[in-house]
Amino acid sequence: MKSAGQLGPATVVQGMNRMSGFLKLASFFALLFLPALAMAAGGAEIQAMSVEYRDVPGIGSRNLVWIVAQQHLLLAGFVLGVPIFAWICELVGWKTKEPRYDKLAKEFTKLLTSAYATTALFGGILLFLLIGLYPKLMAYLTDMFFPSFLVYCLLFLLETATLYMYWYGWDYMQGNKKAFHLFLGFLLNLFALGIMAVPNSWATFQASPVVVGDGDAWARAWMAMQNPTWMPVNIHRLIANVVLGGFIVGAYAGIRYLLAVSQEEREHYDWMGYVGNFIGVFGMLPLPFAGYWLMREVYQYNQQMGITLMGGFLAWLFILQAMLIGVLFLGANYYFWMGITYRIPGSENQYKKPIMAMLVVLLLCLGVWMTPHSLVASLAEAQKMGGTHHPLLGVFGVMSAKMTVANIMILVTFMSFIMYWRAGKQETAVWAKAAKAVMGALLVIGGVAVIVLGVWGYFVPAIIRINYFSVAQVLIVLFIMVTFTPLTALLMKSAKTTTEMVWGKMPIRAGYSLVLNAVMVILLMSLMGYARSSSRVHWHIYGVMRDTSEYAFSPALGYAAAFMSLNTFVYCLLVAFIFWVATLGDKAKAQQPKGPLADVPSGAAPAMAGGAPSSSEAIESGILENHK
Amino acid sequence: MKGPIASGAILLAGMFIFLKFILPLLTAPLPASLIYLYLAITLSGIMIFGTMSASSLESLMGPIFRFLSGKGQSGAGQMARLAVLVLFPLLVGWQTYTTLAPSDLPPGENRTIHPAPPGEFVGLSNPYPKTPENIMMGKGLYAAYCSPCHGANYDGKGPAAPGFNPPPANFSDPGTIAQLQEAYLFWRIKKGGVGLPVEGMPWKSAMPRWEVELPEEFIWKIIMGEYDGAHQSPRTWEEED
Repeated sequence: MKSAGQLGPATVVQGMNRMSGFLKLASFFALLFLPALAMAAGGAEIQAMSVEYRDVPGIGSRNLVWIVAQQHLLLAGFVLGVPIFAWICELVGWKTKEPRYDKLAKEFTKLLTSAYATTALFGGILLFLLIGLYPKLMAYLTDMFFPSFLVYCLLFLLETATLYMYWYGWDYMQGNKKAFHLFLGFLLNLFALGIMAVPNSWATFQASPVVVGDGDAWARAWMAMQNPTWMPVNIHRLIANVVLGGFIVGAYAGIRYLLAVSQEEREHYDWMGYVGNFIGVFGMLPLPFAGYWLMREVYQYNQQMGITLMGGFLAWLFILQAMLIGVLFLGANYYFWMGITYRIPGSENQYKKPIMAMLVVLLLCLGVWMTPHSLVASLAEAQKMGGTHHPLLGVFGVMSAKMTVANIMILVTFMSFIMYWRAGKQETAVWAKAAKAVMGALLVIGGVAVIVLGVWGYFVPAIIRINYFSVAQVLIVLFIMVTFTPLTALLMKSAKTTTEMVWGKMPIRAGYSLVLNAVMVILLMSLMGYARSSSRVHWHIYGVMRDTSEYAFSPALGYAAAFMSLNTFVYCLLVAFIFWVATLGDKAKAQQPKGPLADVPSGAAPAMAGGAPSSSEAIESGILENHK
Repeated sequence: MKGPIASGAILLAGMFIFLKFILPLLTAPLPASLIYLYLAITLSGIMIFGTMSASSLESLMGPIFRFLSGKGQSGAGQMARLAVLVLFPLLVGWQTYTTLAPSDLPPGENRTIHPAPPGEFVGLSNPYPKTPENIMMGKGLYAAYCSPCHGANYDGKGPAAPGFNPPPANFSDPGTIAQLQEAYLFWRIKKGGVGLPVEGMPWKSAMPRWEVELPEEFIWKIIMGEYDGAHQSPRTWEEED
């Protein structure tokens, strides 16, 4: 054995390089065992219940839990959101007997199965971290919610078993067995709903605890679960999960589109990207209403918490939220508009003016939404304004203005979709003219009514605005949506296609815009997750159990924003890895010799409002291959 | 001048001129942060519309790419390209320097105007009925104690107001007391500027701590008088009969 002095310089360098590799590997494993260090920090002796907190050296217990919890929540959002539209897609395929929907549903589920294990893994890590780092809090929550833990475990077992049967039985359960497969998909969603709702009750209890009366453990757990923010969070998360799932599937399709080498692949992933964007947008339309309801419940539960969130030190997060939602709306509309100009040849000039009008309205609304109540101003600027409220534009800073523009943005996005749906078609129904006139009149009246209610909202007591005007605004928009959708569907049923929709012709920036939308929605969920969680300020359980750890302070907004970005980045890496693993099989399949590629098919069917590649060649070459 | 580049440049310049020079003729000048925000939104609109289709992309970005690549340029064109390639990084550097360079100017205002109240003030309701007598008494107390700063018209323009920075709140603005519950005003009047939490910057408010001079009854009645005089209603969760 040589001593270090006997080694040549090159050997030493090589050895050091290797050493550095070992060190990196060792550091990686050390990172995995970070929670174990917490045990050391807690002292060697068994302290059992006397230990309230344990810390993790370096990163800190709160930051570690923050990262793991956020990853788990985002993964869970995807895993719980995707089965909803995968199942709907499968149902549409079954009803319409069009195999491309079945293929799409299967592809969605493939992504789901890959993400499922990672979600569970992060859930497990989170649980161990919470038990280890916050034993006092967990003891309290366990005491309160133990029966619901058992329900959660049972739901998890059922969900896993159903998912296995749903995924592995896909090809087997075709034909006569399809109805049973659909039933499995329904059960999958039912269990997923429970899996989401049960832990939501634990988190919402922390934010809005209720007085739990006497009773057995089950009764007490049920009382604690029914806290004021539980149902609004359930609804908000359910919709947000669909949005997240839709946009991530869209991003997946966007990347596959960018990487596609054959025309057939380009067509398929162009269509998949469209469906992903469609799902994301349709989930996004009711999301602000659900968010509004949640905030209303928060205010009603505790004014202090409401003001901390929307008027206090967390209020700036809502300006960031406006920016992210604005980019999301713009991105989703941009994709729709590009779909019109690229997929429907020759339509550019016809739709130029409506697109410009919609864009201007969206940007005006975004400008209002992003205008803060208290402006960022230098001392000199504030003196000129007479404070940090601008005498004219300050009125944009309050909820009446925000609700109005949010409703109008939703309306414009919906009309964007309707325009896309109708593009390249000529209505033939005799009542088409009358229907269009009715729709036009409704749109104008509805839009004006939303604005009038918004302006009027400044002159009435807050309770009237919240209870009647805001609700009326939402109902007007919903009324337009539920009226226009079936009416347009009826019009399109008998419509003549004037220009065939061509798939696979979108420019590369369309793929990037799908990725951008996904990143925005992940950032948005990280942002609002932080807002919801930090609204408890220095309480583990608001007003009941105070945080007495060294982390009982709210981080500066810049620090928090950096963590949100880190969480988004880590999640994107995780998702990219999961999708890469999920598509390894496809790559192997693609390397197998194939016959000549099908020619560009023309999508005549108005599937999912926009048509899809439905030529028999494409189905034969693409879908049947998958079913062999 | 024609084409999307010229139209976009004119739109941006027009927007800047409107926000910076024309709007202040009608109202108070906008802070730079808001002007940049609106300009960024305008620019994103130009980019979105300009890249909507292959032809619009070519019209907007084609000349820029060709100019920057320098293909087929000679003489003045080449010189212009060189100038842009030199001046643009210098502009970015100058902007970075001016942003980061030490300055004797105070930092931007980042005060939370409506911080969350302490727990003991949450959920309080005005114990005095809203009778004409009580409201009149509240208005009288307001005139005596509050109007020198907040103004006889409840608009924040009392005779002492010009001496304060930040200025006294304008109660007739729907963005102030109309957004708050009576309990919030009770807290603010009782504890004054010094009772603000850190994010509300207690040292930046000259609001007196009225609890040392006025009994709680007076404070509740002043609140009634304020809302009535400013033609606003407090935020409540129950509708009044």
